[in-house]
Amino acid sequence: MTLPAAIGIDAGSTTIKLVAIDRKGEVILQVIEKTEPLVAPQAERLLKSVLEETGASGSVPVVATGYGRKLIRSATLHKTEIACHAAGIYEEFQQAGTLVDIGGQDTKVIRLDSDGRVINFAMNDKCAAGTGRFLENLANRLNIPIEKLGPEALGASKAQPISSTCTVFAESEVISLLAEGIPLQEILLGLHQALISRLSAMVQALQPAPPIFLSGGGAKNPALAQLLENSLGHPIRISARPQFVGAYGAALIGLKTDLPSKTALPL
Amino acid sequence: MMQPNRSRLRYLLGYRCFAKPALYVRFLAGFRKPGKTGQNTALNAPVGVSAWKKAGLANHYLEGRYVEGVRKVAWVTSGAPIEILRALGFYVFYPENHGALCGARKVATEIMQAAEQQGYSPALCSYARTDLGSLLSGKTPLQKIPRPDLLLACTNICQTVLSWYRCLAEYLNVPLYLIDTPFLFRDATPDQIDYVKRQLEGLIPVAEQVAGRSLKWSRLRQVVSWSKEATQLWLEVLETAKAKPSPLTAFDGFIHMAPIVEQRGETHAIRYYRDLLKRLQNRIQRREGAVKEERFRVLWDNLPVWYRLRHLAEFLAERGVNVVASTYTYAWAELAPMMDSNRPLETIARTYLHVFLNRPARSKLKVMEKMIHDFQIDGVILHSDRSCKPYSLGQMDQRDHLVSRLNVPALLLEADHNDSRAFAEQQIRTRLEAFVEMMEQRK
Repeated sequence: MTLPAAIGIDAGSTTIKLVAIDRKGEVILQVIEKTEPLVAPQAERLLKSVLEETGASGSVPVVATGYGRKLIRSATLHKTEIACHAAGIYEEFQQAGTLVDIGGQDTKVIRLDSDGRVINFAMNDKCAAGTGRFLENLANRLNIPIEKLGPEALGASKAQPISSTCTVFAESEVISLLAEGIPLQEILLGLHQALISRLSAMVQALQPAPPIFLSGGGAKNPALAQLLENSLGHPIRISARPQFVGAYGAALIGLKTDLPSKTALPL
Repeated sequence: MMQPNRSRLRYLLGYRCFAKPALYVRFLAGFRKPGKTGQNTALNAPVGVSAWKKAGLANHYLEGRYVEGVRKVAWVTSGAPIEILRALGFYVFYPENHGALCGARKVATEIMQAAEQQGYSPALCSYARTDLGSLLSGKTPLQKIPRPDLLLACTNICQTVLSWYRCLAEYLNVPLYLIDTPFLFRDATPDQIDYVKRQLEGLIPVAEQVAGRSLKWSRLRQVVSWSKEATQLWLEVLETAKAKPSPLTAFDGFIHMAPIVEQRGETHAIRYYRDLLKRLQNRIQRREGAVKEERFRVLWDNLPVWYRLRHLAEFLAERGVNVVASTYTYAWAELAPMMDSNRPLETIARTYLHVFLNRPARSKLKVMEKMIHDFQIDGVILHSDRSCKPYSLGQMDQRDHLVSRLNVPALLLEADHNDSRAFAEQQIRTRLEAFVEMMEQRK
């Protein structure tokens, strides 16, 4: 296996992602796991296993991002999710546009210029209604695997409007709708629409420039992509590895920045 | 007659002969230890004023503990025309400043809950909730708040004060005088000035009756000229931040704005700012900045986050950011040239009509544009203050304008000036760091 030239770790609220790249920026290895309550030891363990697997000897720059970034002590650099997602998506598409990243409890909208610089950004505050957690919660409640939510919703001929955008209250609303005999698919479509109406307002407020890039766990849901495209009226381009955009961007930053040649981990 | 005499005795012996001299001794002897800022942080020790001036500010609250029954007390909104009350010898108390103090001492949220328990909505302004909560629970970091004999509310800062002060009037059973300031879409017309002036004329007999004395016009002119002088000096203080590196941060400004709000129209405010100005000018000559390494100069819009003031100052300074100016502190300075002590009532009407919040969003944007130019600003933090709707309205458009038209990085930061429950620590850290990264990309 090629030796990694840089490693990026994205310690998100739901999942932790790790990407190792070579000198050309090609991905050698990518790992994803559910985030454990103690992020730091988990990140160290992942890092160690990746270094061992790739045979890297030590002085690889490691860039950490995500909410847990500051906890990853062995990282040579800490960068925000904004900078890393911008770097990751720009490398993939090489053009100006607007990135919508639907994460676990955090949705980001980032506007990029033609050089990949961040012009403006917005993130959801204080409420997880426009994020993946909204659907994840309901999938759990309804006993449907999360990856089936989107396709199921797209199978509906009409949507059952969900009035509550609150993740917690939507749950009880769904339960009573099911009790009234409303078909599940219609409810699911309604739920997706509720999320998109919230998300779309956030994107619109940033005066998005097309095209819209989509990343994060939410990008794997076909219903979200389609509804967002309809709502914004701009073409959507989904990242090839939607959940790794942040970690990939972090690794790219590690490759491009002159970092002190500090050993990432004592091996 | 017994009660006032006892109050007077307490005031003369307790306050004048003991507590006040003791306060000055305490400050002059330096018993109050300086904060740790400037030792192990990215900030240099902030420029202060002499212990004497500092004591003069603390004395305002100290006097409040003894003043009931001796001087007449008025509770006023931050944008209320207090010059008439000052000329009549009122002790003026600002519930909003008290709220800020509660916020800075990190007790506001607890006090607010007392108001929420009585049914006040958490959507209500956190200053109003702090004030009402303090009144209902008796909690305050100041040992004692003097009860008012008169309430004066002016709508130039917001419409919330209308209901807030009506509640106060109901609870306290004291007269309330409301001054209505029409919203200015452009400069005030003679009719609008006349409308406010007539309300000021109506205030005089009400205040005279409460005060038990007549207004002397010479005194009013004197007070207005002191207001003007303090405002002018405050403007000069803020403008020292144009120097590179800036000797002052907006966070220092939030602290130093207490006299311009609370002691406007008194000589102490003038002495305070003269002293501060001199020290800042010396600092400029020494080429010493408020932030040890000033890499970025930032403008802050809206009220401060009182309960995280030092935290934010240090967090940003560590990243080379000096928040050199704020529209909020500037709002108390920019109208100085408008004041004319020869025509006191008309001046008061005109000045208080033109305050920031009584003008449209585009007018704030113009001020911001000018400040970006004058203070050589690299980025703007727009604090979207959940509590202050009139200040926060239009910020989204302002951000877009700054970013798209002026090419200045701008961040919308959601928080609340007094309610710490609306401050999402992790989210705010990430946003601020990303904002700094944005400015870095442009250097």
